[in-house]
Amino acid sequence: MYVTNKILPELPAPSNAKGIVHWLKTNLFNGPINTIFTFLGLFIIYKIIPPVIEWAFIDATWFADSSSACKLENGDRKPGACWAFITNRFDQIMYGFYPASERWRPNLAGIMLVLLTIPLFFEKTPKKAWLGGFILLVFPFIAYSLIHGGGLFGLPVVDTSKWGGLMLTLIISLVGILFALFFGTILALGRRSSMPIVKSLSVVFIEFWRGVPLITVLFMSSVMLPLFLPEGTDFDKLARAMIGIILFQSAYVAEVVRGGLQAIPKGQYEAASAMGLSYWKSMFLVILPQAMKLVIPGLVNTFIALFKDTTLVLIIGLFDLLAIIENVLGADPAWLGFHTEGLVFAAFVFWIFCFSMSRYSMALERKLDTNHRN
Amino acid sequence: MSDPRHNSTELPSKPPIWNDPKYRALFFQAILIAGLAFFGYTIIQNTLSNMEARGISTGFAFMSEKSGFDILQSLIPFDSDSTYGKTFIVGILNTLLVTGLGIIFATILGFIIGIARLSNNWLISRLAAVYIETFRNIPLLIQLFFWYFVVLKSLPQVRNSISFFDSVFLSNRGLYIPSPIFENGFIYTGIAILAGIIGSLILKKWARKRQEKTGQTFPVFLSSLGLIILLPIIVLFLSGNPLSWEIPKLGRFNIQGGASLIPELFALLLGLSIYTAAFIAEIVRSGITAVSHGQTEAALSVGLTPAQTLRLVVIPQALRVIIPPLTSQYLNLFKNSSLATAIGYPDLVAVFMGTTLNQTGQAVEIIAMTMAVYLTVSLLISMFMNWYNAKMSLVER
Repeated sequence: MYVTNKILPELPAPSNAKGIVHWLKTNLFNGPINTIFTFLGLFIIYKIIPPVIEWAFIDATWFADSSSACKLENGDRKPGACWAFITNRFDQIMYGFYPASERWRPNLAGIMLVLLTIPLFFEKTPKKAWLGGFILLVFPFIAYSLIHGGGLFGLPVVDTSKWGGLMLTLIISLVGILFALFFGTILALGRRSSMPIVKSLSVVFIEFWRGVPLITVLFMSSVMLPLFLPEGTDFDKLARAMIGIILFQSAYVAEVVRGGLQAIPKGQYEAASAMGLSYWKSMFLVILPQAMKLVIPGLVNTFIALFKDTTLVLIIGLFDLLAIIENVLGADPAWLGFHTEGLVFAAFVFWIFCFSMSRYSMALERKLDTNHRN
Repeated sequence: MSDPRHNSTELPSKPPIWNDPKYRALFFQAILIAGLAFFGYTIIQNTLSNMEARGISTGFAFMSEKSGFDILQSLIPFDSDSTYGKTFIVGILNTLLVTGLGIIFATILGFIIGIARLSNNWLISRLAAVYIETFRNIPLLIQLFFWYFVVLKSLPQVRNSISFFDSVFLSNRGLYIPSPIFENGFIYTGIAILAGIIGSLILKKWARKRQEKTGQTFPVFLSSLGLIILLPIIVLFLSGNPLSWEIPKLGRFNIQGGASLIPELFALLLGLSIYTAAFIAEIVRSGITAVSHGQTEAALSVGLTPAQTLRLVVIPQALRVIIPPLTSQYLNLFKNSSLATAIGYPDLVAVFMGTTLNQTGQAVEIIAMTMAVYLTVSLLISMFMNWYNAKMSLVER
């Protein structure tokens, strides 16, 4: 009989229960079905990734002055992507027909916005509310005076018909979400109001815009809006599209904000009125600050949807990022036949924006999620 | 009147009328209605005078006029002699067609991707995640352009169509598949299908009763499958195979016969299904993870097989979470189908709000009618949703 009076040292884990072999075994090759799936997955990757890398990077032409650099001697396309199409016309993709000498103005406005927004992401910034208020209420006037001209600084006017490219996409979505936030909040309050007429009007308004596709709204604002106004009033095309987008988007924002309002416990409403606060005071000082914080992830998601939807302005003849690539550069006889590159680039730009925003919203959701489930 | 603060026995006087919340509410609502009425009146006046100035007559008389244009694809007979009213119907049918097909494909693809995302196979789960993050974050319009202009336009010409078994042809003119021809005797097979469905319903009821009484189970699914599939096949051959297929034939310049899917519809279906599937996959994933693991363990511990656990415990609970957002994705797909106009598929927006509006100039009527169609379907679906939620919501005891 074997008896020991001292504790034996631990044996190392068996070689197949740790390290890369173990990981492969549990995650990729556990069982015959999973093994088949793993090989299927590998096959898909093999079929997609190498050709794409070859097309987009290895065989690609990055810079050139004319499209002939992307063509073979006999006039056929080279096998790789022709990014020269993008790099050559990069300015137009960014700014549309905005005059080159004035492009510092949107640049300045953009840099200002970024610099103003960055502190909002740090927790320790003092007076965040003031900064946020400045961005929402004062900055738009500065930006408008810079980009459009006239106004505060008396810069020469650049007509909105010259705006385009990524700049226009960003302007439409930012202005859209700004106004939609304002009207959406009011609509959400209206929908929760105790006044029956206010409530039913808000419900009808919200459900109407949520029930129709954005294209019909854009058609409406571009075709019907001029009919609604007194004869002779001429309305800027961009402004018409903006009105349509704002009406449409405020309905969606309203539903998100309503979710936040409903999540605030009733005690908060009662406490606010017990303090003798009026309706508006109790809303702006007690309820909305809490509700808005709750719905930030939802609002970011709404903004992502709006950002993707801005591409539809192509249909009513505005020149956003996609329309510049598709309808202006795509129709340029000097660069015919580079459709794929243009679309891939547009998709890439939108993807970067939307993906980073959705990651941000997910991180925020985790941070705000204070009830510990599981 | 004495100040109530000095006389504690007296009740506080009523607040002045402008401070009474009841009257205030009435007052504000009256102002709101008056404002809206004025707004509406101005708009209508302006519109009428504008239309008069442009020489456009109001009303729906244009609906019975001859349209004078052709439509690429139509589910009902349509030619340039047909009326504008008929363009409206054709548009609605085409929209519903692409929505219906899109919902089927998006659901299948979405469920596959969503389940793959939860797979314990690391590679498959990663691939599904890449799929979701790629297609969700690129605007649908770009994806449609990509499928239509890049993928479908680069397919071979008709002459060099890609063919499968010489009966399915894929070219830049679209997809051609064999179409069934029903001959006289096919009615018996139809009856057999119906009988199979009714029979399996009865079987299900009987099996349930028997299980409640004796505890014995009956393989309902397999036997229903047999009833619904095998029975019609047997009848089909007994009645002398009255079903034949018209197989598309490759000519020099075009393909004749068979059923065809025009490239616009094909691209739209691809785009809509792939885009919506990314959202559905996320919904399916969150629905399944929402069912707590304790439910599975409990089901297994009372002796249900893994398959029964999935079918009787996990899926019903997951569906409760999945169905509401799924319905709103269907609704989004329906509304997104209006992007068809960008690639030239003749849906309601392209045919009616595009061509018909351009030809007649009846902007107000046409836009109102188009919006009314979308609104009606949206409201019907959300009514169904509310009904379903009320029916399925947990009854707490």
